[in-house]
Amino acid sequence: MPTIKVPPVLREQTDGEAAVSVGGGTVGEALNALAERYPSTKDQLFSPEGDLNRYVNVYLNDEDVRVLDGLDTAAADSDTVVILPAMAGG
Amino acid sequence: MASTETLEDIKARIEQVTPAEASSELDAGGAVLIDTRDAINRQEVRVEGDEYAPAGNGGIESHTEQFGDRVAELAGGRDQRVLLYCNVGNRSAVAADALVREHGFEDVASVAGGIAAWEQDGLPVLVPEGMSAEQRNRYSRHTLLPQVGVEGQLRMLNAKVLLIGAGGLGAPAALYLAAAGIGTLGLVDDDEVDESNLQRQVIHSTERIGQPKTESARKTIESLNPDVKVIEHRTRLDASNIIDIIKDYDVIVDGADNFPTRYLLNDASVRLRKPVVSASILAFDGQISTFVPFEGPCYRCLYPTPPPAELAPSCGAAGVLGVMAGVMGLLQANEVIKLVIGIGEPLIGRLLLYDSLGTHFTELKVRRDPECPICGPNAPEIPESEMGKFPDYELFCAG
Repeated sequence: MPTIKVPPVLREQTDGEAAVSVGGGTVGEALNALAERYPSTKDQLFSPEGDLNRYVNVYLNDEDVRVLDGLDTAAADSDTVVILPAMAGG
Repeated sequence: MASTETLEDIKARIEQVTPAEASSELDAGGAVLIDTRDAINRQEVRVEGDEYAPAGNGGIESHTEQFGDRVAELAGGRDQRVLLYCNVGNRSAVAADALVREHGFEDVASVAGGIAAWEQDGLPVLVPEGMSAEQRNRYSRHTLLPQVGVEGQLRMLNAKVLLIGAGGLGAPAALYLAAAGIGTLGLVDDDEVDESNLQRQVIHSTERIGQPKTESARKTIESLNPDVKVIEHRTRLDASNIIDIIKDYDVIVDGADNFPTRYLLNDASVRLRKPVVSASILAFDGQISTFVPFEGPCYRCLYPTPPPAELAPSCGAAGVLGVMAGVMGLLQANEVIKLVIGIGEPLIGRLLLYDSLGTHFTELKVRRDPECPICGPNAPEIPESEMGKFPDYELFCAG
């Protein structure tokens, strides 16, 4: 089961969990599994059409899934999926 | 040296020469002059054309075989004429004695009075150009680093760095950049010092509450390092002033507290090809990357669109650990110094995340976006007449 790293701004929706292990063989399946377990994350991750929101960056380990196969990128059990939000605090 | 011996005993049995005699011998050729002091002294002043073999405190290293071998190598043999000097002529006397009595040298003299007498006698010495005696001392721990040296320090003294925001990131960054000797620091901030800032904005102080942040920061910087010229931009960056403000700086430090300013700064800095060291902070987490236009990705390659407000709370709303802000601000200062001197590996194409609660650093790759509307291959050319015109970022960030 890949591990999803949850950013601080989404942790309220994941009961405070910073890392969640989920099922799924691709990045998209893993994120969907997260959204199923914590339904309030769904709108923040996905557009109504089911695409990743443009303001959500997702990495498989250290690589942006935009340069891989997007949501279809294969994710192995040992992989980490990082959800990265932009922050503007200074 | 036996323990009952005094320096006077040693000086009595070795050959000593005056600085003038040593200088004539060097001019005539046939002798090698060796500096036996520590590296830090050597940076401040030395004799041109000398060689270097540190003899340790009190000359203690001169008793080692390595010292003898090093001097033999520099002189071209143990039968060659060797002149040693140090600061005042004590260490070199001990070393000269060791060379003759312990290492088999035949023709060694110590320069009486050392470099101090050399200078006093009006003989030429070499001092690093472009730095005063005070600066050589102030920045000695930098110039000792081979990667920095006098040249790197001079680059810092000649550099102009602009800080966007004199707050959680800008305050620690400005403080350390000032200490490092960045010659010109520009500060953009239209805020005043508030008591709630002081838990992290260490460049300000309790007595400066209510003062403009740029003024408070300038006072601290001036008392820390008189070499630094501070330029206050007591305003908020916007489309009408950004080109004028940033155009004269070499590197920009982004510590802005809002998305419209971050996108505006990105678009303007790409137009003017200015490197931006960008960091952001919230709660216990920080992010930092270095954007060098067309060499690596820009801020928009990383974040094509800003998040909605509920996903981007401010530090004022969500809180921020002051120390974490300091860590991120200092990482920015570190990046600036590398860019200015041209050393190391800047965070170009890399995003570094810092989770201060877990003490985890995570590095992510950032690629140039072929679709980037600002720095991508299909980005529109901006004619000179349009250089200062920008879209409405408030609207863009409001979604």
